[in-house]
Amino acid sequence: MKQVLWLILKRTGASVVTIFIISLIIFIGVELLPGDVAETVLGQSATPETVAAFRKELKLDLPPPVRYMSWLKDFVHGEFGNSLANKRPVAQQITWRFANSLLLASTAILIAVPVAVILGILAALYRNTLFDKTISAVTLSFISFPEFFIAYILIGIFSVKFNIFPSLAAINANMPLGTKLYTILLPALTLTFIVTAHIMRQTRAAIINVLASAYIEMAELKGLRRLRIIALHAFPNSLSPVINVIAVNMAYLVVGVVIVEVVFVYPGLGQLLVDAVSKRDLPVVQASGLIFAITYIFLNLLADVMSMLANPKLRKSQL
Amino acid sequence: MLKLLRQSPTSARIGMAMISLMLIFAIFAPVIATYEETSVVGDVWEGSSSRFYLGTDQIGRDLFTRMVYGARNTIALAFATTALSFFIGVLFGFLAATKGGWFDQIISRVIDIIMAFPTLIFCLMILSVVGPSITNLIITIAILDSTRVYRLSRAVAMDIAVMEFVEVARLRGEGAWWIMRRELLPNALPPLVAEFGLRFCFVFLFIASLSFLGLGIQPPTADWGAMVRENAGAITFGIYTPLIPAGAIAFLTVGVNLIVDWFLHLASGLED
Repeated sequence: MKQVLWLILKRTGASVVTIFIISLIIFIGVELLPGDVAETVLGQSATPETVAAFRKELKLDLPPPVRYMSWLKDFVHGEFGNSLANKRPVAQQITWRFANSLLLASTAILIAVPVAVILGILAALYRNTLFDKTISAVTLSFISFPEFFIAYILIGIFSVKFNIFPSLAAINANMPLGTKLYTILLPALTLTFIVTAHIMRQTRAAIINVLASAYIEMAELKGLRRLRIIALHAFPNSLSPVINVIAVNMAYLVVGVVIVEVVFVYPGLGQLLVDAVSKRDLPVVQASGLIFAITYIFLNLLADVMSMLANPKLRKSQL
Repeated sequence: MLKLLRQSPTSARIGMAMISLMLIFAIFAPVIATYEETSVVGDVWEGSSSRFYLGTDQIGRDLFTRMVYGARNTIALAFATTALSFFIGVLFGFLAATKGGWFDQIISRVIDIIMAFPTLIFCLMILSVVGPSITNLIITIAILDSTRVYRLSRAVAMDIAVMEFVEVARLRGEGAWWIMRRELLPNALPPLVAEFGLRFCFVFLFIASLSFLGLGIQPPTADWGAMVRENAGAITFGIYTPLIPAGAIAFLTVGVNLIVDWFLHLASGLED
């Protein structure tokens, strides 16, 4: 147990170092902007006074290391500066939008995990039958499709043809949770399809892998039913890769939300980032990019720790 | 090669047919297209007719023409990016495997850090700084994607670098460049070819997504991802125009995936 804790600590330490380096990259990236940030953003028509004011706003008049430290300090305290586009504090916009993105991603994962695991078990149970082959073909297609293709098909069917769900997921803070969930069902479903395909394929592969073991043969020779063998003997032993793929997909969702949010005009962090990139609103880009990175790294860390706990063999491995 | 093709499973053949169709569109775009790439020839979102096979887009350009030119632009861009990504990835992967030591350590740690960051977010941030031009797009995506190529080619080259014939070449006094080109590359080719297909799919989808977000190929150049974005508004009127370019993207990736599946199967030597 002590060894496991030590490994987890080491792994966490590595993640913290990575986050630190990435914050440095994000900061230096903006530094490398050709010419002066102020002139690039304000355009050629800017007067010297506005440029000077803007430089002060971005603290460009201080040396880089000082600026980096103060940016990082502000970030840790939840102060991300002011947006260049609308002059409002970035933190205000980001908190609400980040919560929205998390709501969307967690709704998707809550639907996807049970469906994917059950489908995976069934596909392994009826391996090489028509059922298995159909599911394999369908999931492979979903993996190859771009997110917006699935999204527009769903919009075409559910909001244009049958008119049951809204095509725009415009939620606001005052909505009760039920209405919110109803509004975000289509974007959540889009993400669910993609994530389900990944998790289901991994579950099937993991179970089939375990089915070759001697103890499964033993269970078969005892005359147990196949469903019982798979659910009680094979599945618990294939948990480690399944847990890992679930966590990896949660990390994927953090990025996958970007496109789906744009399709459904959902007020999430992804849409904010895309808007900020096209407007070159650098404080917003920096802050939301770093938040995305931290979430992504944290979820990958979670994936490693979970599979370490689920699989004793990994506990001895290096970092 | 021909024998191999004859033994290919049906799924791979379907994939090849799908890709060939798209390639024909791409190569012979000016011949096949019925109008000019960017000329406005009809009303907004006209339906399919003998004048406009697939109808018209959001400002009245012929959608079929745009699709054909889009195939050319989109596929060429994705191919160029994947090729550059492979050049960078394989070069550094092989160098790391032959040189080892501190060179390998430094490159590998840098790659670890780049890979710890979600590619789409990283790419968006870089583009926000350098601005979305086609050259910037190709270089940025190729560098970000080469990290994956690097991992694979380094691992494959590591296995080959310890073989006797590489040792013999070293003792003969051949340089690192010769060993990489004449000993490592030919032997590492099968897994790299399969990986090329996978990376192409990924890059293709990635560029399509960026164009869809409005940060990839800029209008009026025809590009499938951008066409989905431009026509997105039609869907709420019950016009399915955006599904056509989106479907074409899906069509091509499914096609490549079918072939890659077969390649992976061959490379792994599985029989079932």
